[in-house]
Amino acid sequence: MRDISNIMDTLRMIDQQHLDIRTITMGISLLDCVSEDPRRCCDKIYDKICRRAANLVRTGENIESEFGIPIVNKRISVTPMALVAGSCDTKNYVPFALAMDRAAKDCGVNFIGGYSALVQKGMARGDEYLLQSIPEALASTQIVCSSVNVGSTRAGINMDAVARMGRIIKETAHLTRDTDGLGCAKLVVFCNAVEDNPFMAGAFHGVGEADSVINVGVSGPGVVYHALQQCKGQSFDVVAETVKKTAFQITRMGQMVASEASRRLDTPFGIVDLSLAPTPAVGDSVARILEEMGLEVCGTHGTTAALALLNDAVKKGGVMASGHVGGLSGAFIPVSEDEGMIAAALDGTLTIDKLEAMTCVCSVGLDMIAVPGDTSAETISAIIADEAAIGMVNSKTTAVRIIPVEGKTVGDMVEMGGLLGSAPVMPVHGASSADFIARGGRIPAPLQSLKN
Amino acid sequence: MKAIVTVVGKDQVGIIAGVCNTLADENINVLDISQTIMQGYFTMMMVVDLSACATPFDRLSAKLSAFGEGRGLSVRIQREDIFDAMHKI
Repeated sequence: MRDISNIMDTLRMIDQQHLDIRTITMGISLLDCVSEDPRRCCDKIYDKICRRAANLVRTGENIESEFGIPIVNKRISVTPMALVAGSCDTKNYVPFALAMDRAAKDCGVNFIGGYSALVQKGMARGDEYLLQSIPEALASTQIVCSSVNVGSTRAGINMDAVARMGRIIKETAHLTRDTDGLGCAKLVVFCNAVEDNPFMAGAFHGVGEADSVINVGVSGPGVVYHALQQCKGQSFDVVAETVKKTAFQITRMGQMVASEASRRLDTPFGIVDLSLAPTPAVGDSVARILEEMGLEVCGTHGTTAALALLNDAVKKGGVMASGHVGGLSGAFIPVSEDEGMIAAALDGTLTIDKLEAMTCVCSVGLDMIAVPGDTSAETISAIIADEAAIGMVNSKTTAVRIIPVEGKTVGDMVEMGGLLGSAPVMPVHGASSADFIARGGRIPAPLQSLKN
Repeated sequence: MKAIVTVVGKDQVGIIAGVCNTLADENINVLDISQTIMQGYFTMMMVVDLSACATPFDRLSAKLSAFGEGRGLSVRIQREDIFDAMHKI
């Protein structure tokens, strides 16, 4: 006998607590699109994406309607473009981004990721040209996302690449200054990037993956928040147990949608990403979950511990609910995309330094942070280096998605629009890191023993 | 294929009759009904069999919610798998 209250619980989660599937992302390998002729290569890229993802959006919409669960985004990730374009006889990689943009728009998806390079140890010719082209590629496309992996636990940190990324971010902000540096919201700098991440802007389709694959990202900060409201004043044992149970339910839904999409699209199921991904909507915030645990404002003392508990409990609950878990799988703390984070940043309690500490215990990193337009490229590089060091030493993925907004300064608001939300411009330290960044070279890979 | 129809709203005469007539028009068989008043709201759940129904799912869904709209009811139909996934191990 079916329990009517269970059914009503599910409906309440969807209607009132913003439960949704955040994204169905189809990963597509472009390794068979290589060609010496760049135009031919672009044509092959366009054709393959359109062929594989032709039914992605329609299938997503059908699942949405039949199961009654919103699927917010349908997206595509592709093989890091530096690997594909590296074979071409050209130095200008912008046409590859344009081909991705055109294919993604024709398929009806809202983002395509994979304008990417993996340069944690060094740069090949294709990586060089791709990095050079990032600002123009992001300025001349609408829905292409770019990512660069500059470090890993096994390889250390490529500080030459870190230095370049600071300049690339500045240039991207300049070229997209009419939209408050929107280009930077589509550019992620990683350490320990994962190959099966379904979330933008950092998604790409790794070379160890199948020809095409379906990855699903779930959401549900609102559901966790609501569940925690029922255990006010109780011990952390109860909090952890409640988060685990809720994460299990959310992930089961993601697993079901992933299996269904995989079957209908005749594409192998890859992973479910367990990340708690917030949106700017009230009631869908990770910061509010932390505050519900007893913090007056997110960012005050105790925030890192609260986040550590949340992140771990989400994984423990989610792992059992899914056949294969992967991607980034943790709590996201993007400032502009989280109503509670925005409020905490405006309040002055949440600072970049505290966010950096929080990234030690959660997925992913300094995400969607607006900083003053006069922040130097070296300072941005130094922020990236700090974040990459956290990822490298702790064997986890970290990332930086930072927006130096031209013409804006601390206290101004930046409107990104839609799911990207809005962010207050946050202060950075004024003391220079220029000589540190100018050194270049590599920071060696860390010891994996003698851990303290 | 089995689906769950849920109806939530202000209690009034003829809800069950109206929903059942709409389902019968579409050749949908009702397998189970349970109904209660939750927090003052009429709350009903039906398990239905769609195997003999020729109408596409989205049209069916639109027809049921249209029935509810005029009466201040939320009526929807969803495949049962979603509830099984969330509440059964």
